[in-house]
Amino acid sequence: MAVDLRTRLGDTELPNPVLTASGCAGSGRELAQFLDVSRIGAVVTKSVQLVPRAGRPTPRMAETASGMLNSIGLQGPGIDAFLQRDLPWLLSRGARAVVSIAGSTVGEYAELATRLSAAAGVTAVEVNISCPNVAERGQVFACDPSAAAAVIDAVRARTRYDVPVFAKLSPDVTDIVTVARSCVAAGADGLSMINTLLGMAIDPVTMRPVLAGQTGGLSGPAIRPVAVRCIWQVRAALPDVPIIGMGGIRTGQDALELILAGAWMVAVGTTIFHDPSACVRILRELDDELAQRGIERLADVVGLAHEPQAMAGRRPARNTR
Amino acid sequence: MNPRDGDAETGPVQARGTVLTVRRVDAYYAMTVVAPGIAARFRPGQFLAVAVGGPQSSMLLRRAFSIHDVRPDHGGTVEFIFAASGPGTRWLAERRPRDVLDVTGPHGRPFPVPKEPAACLLVGGGYGSAPLFSLAGKLKDRNCPVDFLLGAASGDRVFGALTARRTGRTATITTEDGSLGSRGLVTDLLGQVIQQARTDVIYACGPMPMLRQVTVLARRWDLPVLAAVEEAMACGIGVCMTCVLPVVGSDGITRMVRACTDGPVFRGEQIRWDDIGTIPFDAFGAPGWEPRAVGGAGGPAAAGGSGAAGGPGGPGAAAAGGRRPHGR
Repeated sequence: MAVDLRTRLGDTELPNPVLTASGCAGSGRELAQFLDVSRIGAVVTKSVQLVPRAGRPTPRMAETASGMLNSIGLQGPGIDAFLQRDLPWLLSRGARAVVSIAGSTVGEYAELATRLSAAAGVTAVEVNISCPNVAERGQVFACDPSAAAAVIDAVRARTRYDVPVFAKLSPDVTDIVTVARSCVAAGADGLSMINTLLGMAIDPVTMRPVLAGQTGGLSGPAIRPVAVRCIWQVRAALPDVPIIGMGGIRTGQDALELILAGAWMVAVGTTIFHDPSACVRILRELDDELAQRGIERLADVVGLAHEPQAMAGRRPARNTR
Repeated sequence: MNPRDGDAETGPVQARGTVLTVRRVDAYYAMTVVAPGIAARFRPGQFLAVAVGGPQSSMLLRRAFSIHDVRPDHGGTVEFIFAASGPGTRWLAERRPRDVLDVTGPHGRPFPVPKEPAACLLVGGGYGSAPLFSLAGKLKDRNCPVDFLLGAASGDRVFGALTARRTGRTATITTEDGSLGSRGLVTDLLGQVIQQARTDVIYACGPMPMLRQVTVLARRWDLPVLAAVEEAMACGIGVCMTCVLPVVGSDGITRMVRACTDGPVFRGEQIRWDDIGTIPFDAFGAPGWEPRAVGGAGGPAAAGGSGAAGGPGGPGAAAAGGRRPHGR
């Protein structure tokens, strides 16, 4: 039995809900050596900025238990090179492109949105207001509901009406629902969650921080329960707002967990480093997981965990862990 | 041809490879895995990346090792050398024949080889020498005389000393404790070997301080150095951006380029050795860097994602030694 995996991202119908997570797939080119980028739901690009940025010094990475810390600092070629080279390449391969943007002021986000709205073929804009690895780390927009709203408002106002704007949220906040509400009130069409958690590792040999930037973003399966909790809370508060769920997805069953919590779509991040073809594997596994449970449509299980057990009990879930 | 464009003939592949043999070689392990797709595409200097710990592993990052050799048996096998220095490599050392590994490769740009016969000096530190032997074979096919200069802390850590003696025109060994060859560092004898062998080009693979010193010394004789760098990397395929180092392109602009896909082989003089671990103030995209400072071809297009570090004579190839700053 074929499961109907289609989902919607604004006006665009995605054939399936499995995306790449921003920063883990470049602009899709490297991944195309291992999978057909048009087969997955969409490619979410590494965050694009107004000007080229060299990022932070090395070491930029530390492996941790079921996760990793990174402190890349948004190294990237800037919007000009992205529009000239990366976006056309993605579109030429038949991929749907979700463009992640990052800036250090509201004005930079606004300018990026203006530049993107002049380009054809952008399926959605994901506004990265939660990168922990920029210089002004203390002022991550996503930690302040009004600052987050100011960015989203500026981007929404300058983005084509038919291109949805998603706000990427940080789990490192006291109450993620407050930030989520603020973003939606400012015009966000959807929410992406979660970005990495701020973490740190110290080398027992040198007895100094492992990362040159000292702190970094924690990702990988270690943070999946945090992602499930964040998605759960926001779904409960804002049941109609589309959510792209990410955070430690390694298997189709992990993807299903985030979908049950309320994600309409899921994005695969750190697992791509472990398995470059992970997106298509997870897509296949998700299809199998749903089929095994007799579920015909993906849409039927989005947020299902919020329903009382009596209703969920219609489809006895097998514990397959 | 740009392997990053996903070319089917030259780009890397992902394979479930069956372990054929695991054997101790002095202080190291040599593992042979059946992986026809990787073997068919391999050129000396390229590396592979292995997932460790099994499907439920808590170790998410692939371990990168330069490919020592490929053979046609069983459809195509690849061999790599590693030290069991951390939990990931210890797990790898415990694999047995018929176990299956998730391997990707070949990654990176291979060593460029001279078009005309030239005297080649191959310098290796520790098991960084692993990629030099397949390179030597290719050089000899092109009638290039090959000399070896290998070193390590102790005799059991000089990888391939016997092979070097058997296949090289000359083979010079140094150890820090004097247990094999001369006591000292490879760089202590580099000048002497260069003069005796009338070296035209140096290939080097090993720890970064060794590569730096080889580059500095080679400048006295005005010799080109092709250095395969070792940088900690998470993915090996060019998406994670953790393995960057400052490299001067043929346009004179320094960029933070990826050791995995833009390297691992660079021309020694293009690497800003003293600035590794920093973002040089004049690097493309560094804080305070002005877009107008760069013009013309190769400018913006080369910063982050796909920056090719140089045009003609740029980084040609690569080999990733498996060693890392911290045992993994």
